[in-house]
Amino acid sequence: MNFSLSRATLIAEADPVGIAGERAVCDRRGVLYFPDLRLLAVSDLHLEKGSSFARRGALIPPYDTGATLLRLQAVIADYQPRIVVSLGDSFHDGGGAERMHLSFRERLEAMMAGRDWFWVAGNHDPDAPADLPGETVRELAIGSLLFRHEPSKVRVEGEISGHLHPCARIVQRGRSVRRRCFAGDGGRMIMPAFGAYTGSLNVLDRAYAGLFRLETLMAYMLGAERIFAISGSMLRPG
Amino acid sequence: MLPRYLLRVTEQPRLAEQNAAVLLPEPFVKWFGEKGWSPRVHQLELLAKAQSGQSVLLIAPTGAGKTLAGFLPSLTELASRPKRKPGEARRGIHTLYISPLKALAVDIERNLGKPVEEIGLPVTIETRTGDTPSHKRQRQKLAPPDILLTTPEQLALLIASNDAKRFFEDLRYVVLDELHSLVTSKRGHLLALGLARLRAFVPGLQTIGLSATVAEPDELRRWLVSQASPGAMSELIVVTGGAKPEISILDSEERVPWAGHSARYATPEIYREIKRHKTTLLFVNTRSQAELLFQELWRVNEDTLPIALHHGSLDVAQRRRVEKAMGENALRAIVATSTLDLGIDWGDVDLVVHVGAPKGASRLAQRIGRANHRMDEPSKAILIPANRFEVLECRAALDANYLGAQDTPPLVNGGLDVLAQHVLGCACGAPFHADVLFEEIRTAAPYVSLDRLTFDRVIDFVATGGYALRNYERYARIRQTKEGLWRVSNPAVAQQYRLNVGTIIEVPALNVRYVQAGSRGAASRGGRVLGKIEEAFLETLTHGDTFMFGGKILRFEGIRENECFVSNAPGSDAKVPYYGGGKFPLSTYLAEQVRAMLDDPQRWKKLPEQVADWLRFQADKSVLPKRDDLLIETFPRGNRYYLVAYPFEGRLAHQTLGMLLTRRLDRAGAKPVGFVATDYALAIWSLADMGWMFKNRKPSLATLFDQDMLGDDLEAWFADSWLLKRTFRNCALISGLIEKRHPGKEKSGRQVTVSTDLIYDVLRSHEPDHILLQATRTDAATGLLDVSRLAEMLSRIRGRIMHKNLEQISPLAVPIMLEIGKMPVNGEADETLLMDAATLVEEAMGPEMMD
Repeated sequence: MNFSLSRATLIAEADPVGIAGERAVCDRRGVLYFPDLRLLAVSDLHLEKGSSFARRGALIPPYDTGATLLRLQAVIADYQPRIVVSLGDSFHDGGGAERMHLSFRERLEAMMAGRDWFWVAGNHDPDAPADLPGETVRELAIGSLLFRHEPSKVRVEGEISGHLHPCARIVQRGRSVRRRCFAGDGGRMIMPAFGAYTGSLNVLDRAYAGLFRLETLMAYMLGAERIFAISGSMLRPG
Repeated sequence: MLPRYLLRVTEQPRLAEQNAAVLLPEPFVKWFGEKGWSPRVHQLELLAKAQSGQSVLLIAPTGAGKTLAGFLPSLTELASRPKRKPGEARRGIHTLYISPLKALAVDIERNLGKPVEEIGLPVTIETRTGDTPSHKRQRQKLAPPDILLTTPEQLALLIASNDAKRFFEDLRYVVLDELHSLVTSKRGHLLALGLARLRAFVPGLQTIGLSATVAEPDELRRWLVSQASPGAMSELIVVTGGAKPEISILDSEERVPWAGHSARYATPEIYREIKRHKTTLLFVNTRSQAELLFQELWRVNEDTLPIALHHGSLDVAQRRRVEKAMGENALRAIVATSTLDLGIDWGDVDLVVHVGAPKGASRLAQRIGRANHRMDEPSKAILIPANRFEVLECRAALDANYLGAQDTPPLVNGGLDVLAQHVLGCACGAPFHADVLFEEIRTAAPYVSLDRLTFDRVIDFVATGGYALRNYERYARIRQTKEGLWRVSNPAVAQQYRLNVGTIIEVPALNVRYVQAGSRGAASRGGRVLGKIEEAFLETLTHGDTFMFGGKILRFEGIRENECFVSNAPGSDAKVPYYGGGKFPLSTYLAEQVRAMLDDPQRWKKLPEQVADWLRFQADKSVLPKRDDLLIETFPRGNRYYLVAYPFEGRLAHQTLGMLLTRRLDRAGAKPVGFVATDYALAIWSLADMGWMFKNRKPSLATLFDQDMLGDDLEAWFADSWLLKRTFRNCALISGLIEKRHPGKEKSGRQVTVSTDLIYDVLRSHEPDHILLQATRTDAATGLLDVSRLAEMLSRIRGRIMHKNLEQISPLAVPIMLEIGKMPVNGEADETLLMDAATLVEEAMGPEMMD
């Protein structure tokens, strides 16, 4: 079948990383796929961020939800996961799901159909999204993995989280390049924000203090064609 | 010293005296007599025209008494105004004076206050700028002065207040100073719209424009009056003459470098000139050049002459100190950038030194006017070219100045982002009818060709964002009443508007603050702020790097929030800060002059010997470009093949050309690797032999340079160019899509940049025809990309491309070849850099670490 072929190719090309012994593919589009569990994790969709701004007078284009869903649809079509975990802040605010345009809601429901879908509660969306299927959870443990929105202060091996919107910056030949990234140290992984309007925060910022074993920290920076695995020692703040 | 607006003698004393008696009220005549002065002919001429109800453009060189001329109509009218009777309503503003600089308004208040006091006129004069305290602004609303001195932004704010019509009901004159510099920017668009509004409030309103010499006075004359009948023009008075400036090019005994912009070679010679003169003003084109020259001068300053530095990034307090010292003639030299460009005069400057190429010839005239502010004494100036091409450019500029040739950028149509801001401002003032406002806006010269469809789209944008997906009706900022009037939906909209007014967008910059060495700013916070520096530069620094700023060499300690911490660096070598904003393109006129000079060996005699020799070598080894031709050289070097083109169309147009040619060469299989652009030339290097390809017409150069590159290739490249994103950010901020400031929370530059980039991506893929993207493309085409200039060039060179296939690099190609690797190529090669970094890790640690 077509899609499974493409899934196989993606996994083969990806050079998987290990998280607490579990094999994972950091996809350059910003999702994490666990082939053995057939589980796809995505974080910080921030759907309806545009309309959230519009409510307060900044009429930024209302296409972010559409754009985010389109990209999500593409990765889901590629990997055909059995389980999808949306790691919190799926909606930019509590009223987001309600405000969502009907056509977007239908698109979302179509991709949810036929798989287990978990909404992990985030700080922007602590409650279950209105009138949408899927199960809302505070955190989710599967095998050796623990999915939650905010990384916990106490080290938990196998924790997959979001919330911080990591990006990394390198300087090469006097030029600075900043990209969203997965940040991991082999024990835990913080995922990049997936939403079209989401900003990002450097992994060397104070907000990440104490979360990683610095000697094994890697930033998997999102490139146009592939992921670039950059050692923590090469990263720059700011 | 005499104030600059007065003169001892007039050109035609008798005529002037007769006119003066007729036009001037008695106290003025008496005052002139007491001073032993008499008014100048153009001052009286302007007065006469104004008194007959006309608007006037006065074009005069610096020192011709423009300011007094501009205010005479107001002052004489105010002098003969009957005294206000008790119980009579308070009068509103009589005259509005608008200048591009706050400092200029303050300067005028001082200069105008003196004669008003001496003549004993019952006239009140006040300034209103961003620095005016709010209690004074409140008071000005209740008890307005007769003459209000202000800026375009403040006018926009006044117009957006709900008592605007009443506030301006007594307005008679608007005096617009430095009009030539105002009209070429978006500030000018906003001001033109403001003027249209004022004319709607007060139909008989007269304008008086004051301008330096410009190439197209008619453009300014139209700008000053309502275009309700298209093409209408104000009256024009031109004051010619003034002594010709004495300008020379430094004929250095040192070797003039091939490339670079520092002019370091000439430092000892510049220093010698400073010693010979009372006060020297040294102008440079960029802030980094200013820093460098300042350092170099102090290095040779054996006599410890007071030499100061002045540029826009420095802390305001420090700038004011320098200005004050200048006014007191306490300085021997000031190194400055364009912050000192406009008509403010301080002290007795007797020499202007211009370091680097003067770019536009009119800029040169303006800067030289700084020396010796009296019209009948010649100004003295020395040009210091920083490299060999600049020698040619200086020579051309010098010839242009003697010919009196002037160039200002052509006026462009008014920006739609500015229009959006204005429309919201109008709604904040009072509900408007779209038909009426549309007609009003079309009376403003920059918007004379605005069509109704576009205008309606702008209104739609202001109301709900103007998106095809009509999702935001319930969040509309302006709504139509039952009577069809547009009004703001709630007071918060007006409040937001007031905080975001204006068209000046700051480049994201951080405060530079002193801390103790090694502290990284964490412990000691209290150090002095030295000024601001662009974030883009700081991003390339690492802890411990050194750079020049404010005339000091500083060590980079770290960044915390919106502050950059620095300490004093003991070393003397520093990375030089670069500034995105400071580079002017070579003007079309000057470029033409340079090409003409290259084509005419007779004119080389006026050039320094070493430069003339260089051109002779070029003639010998290759060929010199003809005046209207485009010379293309190809040659191999190392394991690369090079193409060097010499269009002389300025760096921006060359950069765009470079991007487009690279795409085409790639398609043709030339495997281009990179390119670099200067004001004069463009170099592209590739893996395949381009010389062979062109010779065998695979493709021909004519095909490669065909104008159709401005079609699909431009569109395709536009799509993901970082230049477009930067332009979009400006449009988004000016149009009010994104806020510059919000009550209670200041956004840092980075947050704004990130979000506008993301918004751009989303909008482009979902609604590529959105009005803001349309505005962005128009802006980029005229601004950062200079597409119009490139288009003119491509049509000029059709059938006139001269190809020289060489075995080795030509003398003319040396300067641009030296630039390779020095200039950062922005944005496009990020992936390669990431690849390098990732590979380094793999090499260093082996693949097993990647898990």
